[in-house]
Amino acid sequence: MISKEEVKHIAKLARLGLVEKEIEKFRKELSSILDYIEKLKEVDVSKVEPTSHSFEVKNVMRDDQSQKSKVKSQKLLELAPEIKEGYLKVKSIL
Amino acid sequence: MELTELTITQAHEGLKKKEFSALEISKAYLDKIKEKDKEIFAFLTVNEDLALVEAKKIDDLISAGKEIPVLAGIPTAIKDNILVENVKCTAGSKILENYIAPYNATAIKKLKEKGAVILGKTNLDEFGMGASTEYSAFGPTRNPHDLSRVPGGSSGGSAAAVAADECIYSLAEDTGGSIRQPASFCGVVGLKPTYGAVSRYGLIAFASSLDQIGPITKTVEDCKIVFEAIKGKDEMDSTSVEAPKDLESKTYNLRDIRIGVPKEYFVKGIEPEVENVIKAAIKKYEEMGAKIEEISLPHTEYALPAYYIINPSEASANLARYDGIKYGFSESKNKDLLDVYLESRGRGFGAEVRRRIMLGTYVLSAGYYEAYYLRAQRVRTLVKKDFEKVFEKVDVILAPVSPFLPFKIGERIEDPLSMYLVDIYTVSINLVGLPALSLPVGRVGDLPVGLQIIGKHFEENKILEIGKSFEDKWKF
Repeated sequence: MISKEEVKHIAKLARLGLVEKEIEKFRKELSSILDYIEKLKEVDVSKVEPTSHSFEVKNVMRDDQSQKSKVKSQKLLELAPEIKEGYLKVKSIL
Repeated sequence: MELTELTITQAHEGLKKKEFSALEISKAYLDKIKEKDKEIFAFLTVNEDLALVEAKKIDDLISAGKEIPVLAGIPTAIKDNILVENVKCTAGSKILENYIAPYNATAIKKLKEKGAVILGKTNLDEFGMGASTEYSAFGPTRNPHDLSRVPGGSSGGSAAAVAADECIYSLAEDTGGSIRQPASFCGVVGLKPTYGAVSRYGLIAFASSLDQIGPITKTVEDCKIVFEAIKGKDEMDSTSVEAPKDLESKTYNLRDIRIGVPKEYFVKGIEPEVENVIKAAIKKYEEMGAKIEEISLPHTEYALPAYYIINPSEASANLARYDGIKYGFSESKNKDLLDVYLESRGRGFGAEVRRRIMLGTYVLSAGYYEAYYLRAQRVRTLVKKDFEKVFEKVDVILAPVSPFLPFKIGERIEDPLSMYLVDIYTVSINLVGLPALSLPVGRVGDLPVGLQIIGKHFEENKILEIGKSFEDKWKF
């Protein structure tokens, strides 16, 4: 079982705002899923290499030449909630 | 025959012979959507005007006496996590409710070059996370065979649209069963291609080492047509690959085919009616001359827990981009930066998406990485080796798609883990990157059951040919 504090901590790391009653709900649900995946501890993996990709792929290289973007930047800016003088507007950090 | 019952091949022949026009076909489907989609809710967006403009262009080509590609003028529907330029793309999420796609996915670009007519965008579990389409922020899709039941998921809208004759074929994406399982639940054909066979450029990323775009169709022949049209290496997706050419056009005699049936897929948990239909289908392959043998995939029971570590890990990283600043839902009034993140993401994402993001964040966090993520990747290697070993002896594997019949809407939604178990026979295939076909092979009452035909990497042609030999003889 994970604790309420742990749920709050993970939610903050993941930048997810939760309301109070959701914390208990997620605590129960995440605990039952984590219990289920504990099953993997039965497998001896001491001599097994990890797989991150289903089959071998090598780095794909191309010549270091500048290319024009295929999507117009104006089109992307139009999707932003707030823009100013052609830039995305962000809240002050300090 | 009604225009809305045509396959791709039949519609193409009819267009060439001028038995009907592309405009007439598209109008027939748009009418069908108006008539049926209130109860099925397969579509999130319908582009009537755009579709008719495209259809008209094909009619102009035909009247000018030009040769047309086989997909020209054929109405299709696209899962709403694949970008179609200037059309809304929501991924079934409130966070992208008003997002207008700024470019075409490569698969869409390829379809458009061949004259495809896109009728609209189809419903899905939010970002593809789910097995019933109930996790869509916009409401559940219903199974056309029984409106009280789910169409499967996450591509429930794409499968239901084909099954309800609201389009001739659809495009979808499969991360852990999202094409095959809804195809099975709706009684249509679905192909999850080899990882990398189809470019993922313009597919809204969910779990990048598992995601793959593929077709949902009425027949295996149509499935092959659509797959051939969308596949291929793409400079915009560095994980895409060109399939070896010699595998593409071979035909197969079932007498030369060795079929493996994994004993681990017929243990407790599978509904007996489903098991009966699958075993009867395997028997039919034996009658047609194929050699059937029992095989073992010993790490089967560990594939699902490994998947539910790897999938949320990749999802939590991919979905970090939704920050309320670049695009999408934003809650930013009178707050500091952290509040913008917390509130935009907290309110923009639904419960299942937040569950997976938190699960992924937890298993990747300091102190847990080795115990969960790294261990899951090592188990992934073992699952992969199981398949490699078996494929030394057999050509294809036959298995159920899902242990369950289409379940009732609401039946599993309160228990996330019970929803995960629906994927038990499909997730291994994504972990290993293999191609697999879901083929309708029988029914229990009104409810369809799909057989899964699993092949080696890039042997789509072989599994399609093997599926077709069943379809030619027993049509469901």
